[in-house]
Amino acid sequence: MPRPLTFTAGLVALALLLTFPLVFTLPYPRDVMIRIFLYATLATAWNVLAGYCGQISLGHAVFFGTGAYTSTVLVKSLGLTPWAGMLAGAALAVALSQVIGYPVFRLRGHYFAIATIAVGEIVQTFMINWDWVGGARGLFIPIDRTGSLLAFQFRDKQVYYYIALGLLLLALWVTRRIERSRTGYYFRAIREDQDAAASLGIPVARYKQRAMAVSAALTALGGTFYAQYILFIDPESVLPLSLSILICLIAVLGGVGTLWGPLIGAAILVPLGEATRIYLGGTGKAIDLLIYGFLIMVISVVQPGGIMALAQRGRRRTG
Amino acid sequence: MDRPGEGVLLDVRGVTKRFGGLVANNDISFRVGAGEMVGIIGPNGAGKSTLFDLLTGFQPADAGEVLLDGRPITRFRPDEISRLGVARTFQKLRPFTQMTVIENVMVGAFQKTTDLARARRDATNALERVGLADKAESHARVLSTGQRKRLELARALATKPRLLLLDEVTGGVDLRSIPGLVALVRELNAAGTTLVVIEHNMGVIMDVSRRIVALHLGEVIADGPPAAVGRDPRVVEAYLGQAYVR
Amino acid sequence: MTAEVLLQGIVSGLLMGFVYALIAAGLSLIFGLMEIVNFAHGEFLMLAMFSTYWAWALWRLDPVVSLPLTAAALFLLGFATYQGLIRWVLGAPMLAQIFATFGLAIFLRSAAQAIWGVDFHLVKDPLVQGRISLAGLFIGLPQLMASVGALLAFVFLNWFISRTETGLALRATAQDRQAASLMGIDTERMFALGWGIGAACVGVAGALLTIFFYVFPDVGASFALLAYVTVALGGFGNVPGTLVAGVVVGLIEVLGGLLIAPALKYVAVFVLYLLVVLWRPQGLFGRF
Repeated sequence: MPRPLTFTAGLVALALLLTFPLVFTLPYPRDVMIRIFLYATLATAWNVLAGYCGQISLGHAVFFGTGAYTSTVLVKSLGLTPWAGMLAGAALAVALSQVIGYPVFRLRGHYFAIATIAVGEIVQTFMINWDWVGGARGLFIPIDRTGSLLAFQFRDKQVYYYIALGLLLLALWVTRRIERSRTGYYFRAIREDQDAAASLGIPVARYKQRAMAVSAALTALGGTFYAQYILFIDPESVLPLSLSILICLIAVLGGVGTLWGPLIGAAILVPLGEATRIYLGGTGKAIDLLIYGFLIMVISVVQPGGIMALAQRGRRRTG
Repeated sequence: MDRPGEGVLLDVRGVTKRFGGLVANNDISFRVGAGEMVGIIGPNGAGKSTLFDLLTGFQPADAGEVLLDGRPITRFRPDEISRLGVARTFQKLRPFTQMTVIENVMVGAFQKTTDLARARRDATNALERVGLADKAESHARVLSTGQRKRLELARALATKPRLLLLDEVTGGVDLRSIPGLVALVRELNAAGTTLVVIEHNMGVIMDVSRRIVALHLGEVIADGPPAAVGRDPRVVEAYLGQAYVR
Repeated sequence: MTAEVLLQGIVSGLLMGFVYALIAAGLSLIFGLMEIVNFAHGEFLMLAMFSTYWAWALWRLDPVVSLPLTAAALFLLGFATYQGLIRWVLGAPMLAQIFATFGLAIFLRSAAQAIWGVDFHLVKDPLVQGRISLAGLFIGLPQLMASVGALLAFVFLNWFISRTETGLALRATAQDRQAASLMGIDTERMFALGWGIGAACVGVAGALLTIFFYVFPDVGASFALLAYVTVALGGFGNVPGTLVAGVVVGLIEVLGGLLIAPALKYVAVFVLYLLVVLWRPQGLFGRF
């Protein structure tokens, strides 16, 4: 596609997304869209570290939980607005990511992936047993009916919709900036072959830490948003391994290491999850997961590049 | 004697590396002057690639020192050594396969600039020097072995090194490409880059270098002009020995 | 805490350690062969436990009696997994490999949930039960049985890969795939065999665990996590190393539970793991 056309298409898509809640006024479709945006944001954040820099983290729920817990604890103990809590959560996630990164980045490939699982389990177990932050029972965010923007609580889902869309756009913008900078080239070089990258003067460890920091910060923003949207958090909902895995699934389905892949993945997986839940679920049987699992196997065998790779191949054939 | 001489760029002093009981490099010493072009020869397993790994920080030496401009770089990381102006290629080629040729080279060019357009220009220059400019937009994975060698060379060149360590310039390359690569190496040296070249093809190395360091079983057994090294009885024996083993 | 409690803990940690080692050995064998981590390993274990349970529930076959059947069934499962899934991602990027087995894990777990529900099952009145008292220490006979059984299976596995011709072919394939195929080894067959044997190890472990452990769809998860840590500790692909690592994990788990807090026993294991890889990224013993 020539560039002006892509630009126009982007504008049209954005206009459609902005008007969506005005047309669909029922809570349910808005809720589905909000969750698409949220999961797309998380997968986009994960993609910075895993897709571009090649460090496959299976513990990203840690950063999501950091965002969710930080803002919630600050609201409850200091009455701080969740917006400030959101920034604090991102800052804490960055700090945490650097502490975690120092040992785990010495590991490569599968060792790295397993170490991130271990970190995730450690953090989740700690939070389950830490009573001051609610332990296994979790925390309710105090209800604030003032409707003030500062309270980050809205009766109308429309506001959440625009915030989630904003987060997604931020994540996409950050990814785009990285893609078109030296940092992006360095990330990809590290992903392809970190020894060769080092031989060209790239401080590999420092750039991995950088990718981790960006990824952790964006993930934490999503965590605070989730806490304010659901108004309840516990280790089972914001810190489980299954969340870490879902985040990567979305990116893998859409296409890792591409700008739009995570969004595409979320736009497919979230409604698919909804549909299976409505038509097959409710019986306590994990049919939606059954389909996920099958889908993942098929994708990894047939098209490891995800849907983006399919699209690119199709374009090359027609172009 | 121990002070760096005038114009000595690389000074290797008693470098030793063991892998378990095997001594890959034993007390290796030699110097490379600025602007020189030194060939490193030796039969398989002589420790040539290990030596490169020690010089570029990919493996820690067990003993000895490496000096660049008279300053020790022995404990430096590979990326630090690269930023000091030492570039290398690998015997086992390591292209960034999921990136295009120009992107591969831009990664090298980014060492000297953060500007995308300038990196692209520098990369294009490097590709032109190695004769790969027409492949700039191809994916690295579709290149032939000879083209991959050139790509790796261009990538290293794009960092604008003062000292270039080339591991096996002609290995695995089809015969027709060899003269082009040899001419390129000469050109680089003529343009002022100091070169240390590992090479299996004796004809090529004897022809190209003005000085040869011969390794055998991890030790330096000869160091001098090609003709003298070629006649050195220990060098002859090392190569003959290998012929017998084969 | 009394010395008896501590000693009791050490004994039970040791006993579980051998079971962990057997589970991890299967994982390690597969990784050593083709550098793929089987993220569905815990689900293999879960299936082994369910098959043991159903053999008892339907035909009154005791876990010990049905053990060979379970091992054979798991061998087939591993073999089929290789042929149907793994073979197709051998040359693919690591991410595709990770997700192939991750997808399988999710698939198997949710299939088990869909078919058998989320309830906990238990084999009642197994052949081996009760406990013995030894110098004031109580040792559960099922645990002892599982431990001894796991150790025997481990010894057999080690003998098989280090002494038999097929085992040598397996190890040659692990060392250098190309060289092995030049020597006339059918590496494809070795891979399939490796998956079969790796899964059979889990089959034996699962059958033994079912004597005294609840069976439910998520049961594999915590065992698998410990197995990954065990494998990484012992050195990926280093089968004998997993024995030591398994015992270490078993001991740390129990001691962490006793000395720190029961809820933090896994944390102790994971922290130990992170400390070890910080110090030795290749694990305690490296590759074989």
